[in-house]
Amino acid sequence: MKNKNIKVLLIDDEAEFVSTLAERLELRGYLAKTAEDGESGISMIEKEVFDIVVLDLMMPGLSGLETLRQIKIINSKIPVILLTGHGSTKEGMAGMRLGAFDYLMKPLDISELINKISLALNL
Amino acid sequence: MYKNFMNLLDNTRKGPSHHYFVLKRNIILIMLSITIIPLATMIVISHFQYRTHLKSQTTAPLLSMAHKAAHSFELFMEQRLSTIRFISTAYSFEELSKEQRIREILIFLKKEFSGFVDLGLINSKGDLISYAGPYSLLGKNYSSQTFFQETQIKNKYISNVFLGYRKFPHIVMAVQRFTDDGQTWILRATLDTEFFDVLISSMGFDTQSDVFLINGDGIFQTDSLRYGRTLEKCPLKIPHDKFKSNIIESVYENNRDIIIASAGVSVADYILVIVQPQSVALQSWHALKTELLFVFAVSLVIIVFAILWMTKMLVKRVRESDRKRKNALIELQHTQKLSSIGRLAAGIAHEINNPLAIINEKAGLMKDLVELSTDLSNKQKFEKLTESIVKSVGRCKKITHRLLGFSKRIDIKIETININEIIHEVLGFLERDAIYRRIDLRLHLLDSLESILSDYGLIQQALLNLLTNAFAAVEDGGIITIVSENNEDAGVLIRISDNGCGIPENIIKSIFDPFFSTKKERGTGLGLSITYGIVRKLGGQIIVESVEGEGTVFTVTLPAKSDSNMEVNA
Repeated sequence: MKNKNIKVLLIDDEAEFVSTLAERLELRGYLAKTAEDGESGISMIEKEVFDIVVLDLMMPGLSGLETLRQIKIINSKIPVILLTGHGSTKEGMAGMRLGAFDYLMKPLDISELINKISLALNL
Repeated sequence: MYKNFMNLLDNTRKGPSHHYFVLKRNIILIMLSITIIPLATMIVISHFQYRTHLKSQTTAPLLSMAHKAAHSFELFMEQRLSTIRFISTAYSFEELSKEQRIREILIFLKKEFSGFVDLGLINSKGDLISYAGPYSLLGKNYSSQTFFQETQIKNKYISNVFLGYRKFPHIVMAVQRFTDDGQTWILRATLDTEFFDVLISSMGFDTQSDVFLINGDGIFQTDSLRYGRTLEKCPLKIPHDKFKSNIIESVYENNRDIIIASAGVSVADYILVIVQPQSVALQSWHALKTELLFVFAVSLVIIVFAILWMTKMLVKRVRESDRKRKNALIELQHTQKLSSIGRLAAGIAHEINNPLAIINEKAGLMKDLVELSTDLSNKQKFEKLTESIVKSVGRCKKITHRLLGFSKRIDIKIETININEIIHEVLGFLERDAIYRRIDLRLHLLDSLESILSDYGLIQQALLNLLTNAFAAVEDGGIITIVSENNEDAGVLIRISDNGCGIPENIIKSIFDPFFSTKKERGTGLGLSITYGIVRKLGGQIIVESVEGEGTVFTVTLPAKSDSNMEVNA
């Protein structure tokens, strides 16, 4: 499997969502880890190296955009794919300006996410 | 004023038309009274001022002339009377009884004073004792005559004019004398009235003035130029007041206006009268009166017309602005309602979105697991079920995204946008209507349409307004065509055409005016005006072409880049 050993960090406050998504990614050969808020996600990035981060913009506590900024400070090269609940592209665009690779609307289409990951990692 | 205002407030309860009627009536009444009352007062005041002025200018001299003339007569007659009194004092009864003596005295009198005709001595019984004069009156008894009786009471007497034996006018003057032995006698003189005429002519009146004497009964004592001869009845009504002077103005007599001045002659029962035609000055007063009336009438007409017109315009404006205000209020409420509905919808959509994402992932995982398993009974059925869940979630996602995307944006932001995307999104809202009404939507959207920098929400609103209008214009089964293409000089062009009722030529100029609506109660008249405002603010243009009965084409052009510091209140 070509996806093997690609380490993905999923940051989303919705545990049910993020755990299921992680399971689905693992079924597809990714190494997926989850964090349920911005702070724990950041501390995980500080401890280990991830190939890509999938980050929800709408979170309690540290907001998605703020988390993104801090991730970029720690590692500016790590690609981040944003998830937004908003139908508008406004927040997604804001995230793009902060250096996110791309954004996707929730609910997700898994094949779209995989597609973006592949694009981000030049696979 | 306050009461009026309160009434006005009260009347608003009786219905809007009545309120405007009362407003109009009150404005008219107030304006009429504040303009006409001072004007009328001014005209009346100046009229009377001028009249008083003229009166003092013209009538005062006339009255003073009448006084002077009357006084001349008084002096003249007093002098004659004094002369007779002097004779009665200077000579005794006996001396005067002598024919020779009395004749000498008459000759002397005639020499010194004009007018004396004869002189006679009458005793207390009324018998003529002696007489000098042209008549043979000796032996005549006067005891029954008025002059005798009045002289006995008043000691002196001046008669009215009468015709003597020779048929020319005379007057009689008499004085009574008391002798030492208690007897009385009377000296009586007759004078002709020629001296009256001489006196009047010597006063130097102009030829226009008619000066004459009348007695208390209105009988001419001298000839008048116009009104009759001596001893005729005077046709003019002249107040008979011996001790007072009078002036009567503007008497219309024999086709001319005259002024009559009269003054009593105190020594006798005479009234001196001066009749003058209306002077030029008084005629000018009449002219002024006419002019003032004319000016007043013309001003009145102008004022009334101006006030009526102004009030009509004013009330029309008030009514219009009231209507606009009301509409704006309705529009505001409408907008606020929409905005809160939008927010609510967005909130709900957002809340639903998260569980939807979970369902999506769970179903997705189920699908993955089913696909991976090899020994699952009913595998195909599970695959179908999960597929169905994922599809349903997809439909829900479409709805929530549309709700989220369409919720009103408070902050305006310039971003890169694709017009075709907005057209699709807006049509998403009208799709259902189009299907129900079998409207043929023809899209000719250019795939290689340039992205532009503009405000997403505003363009969405503008296009929705135009499309809603197109939907309202066409019949069921009508055709609406939407074209998007790149503009020749940068930017994009959107053309929305319908085969609906079209816009009449006479109102096509007004369709972008705020509050202009042909939908009566259903429309606020703001849709196209807002659309116009949005397009102009984004630096674009909107052109309308319409043929009544055939259809309408709205062409919107938008620049490649809209100015980012445009106003928010579009």
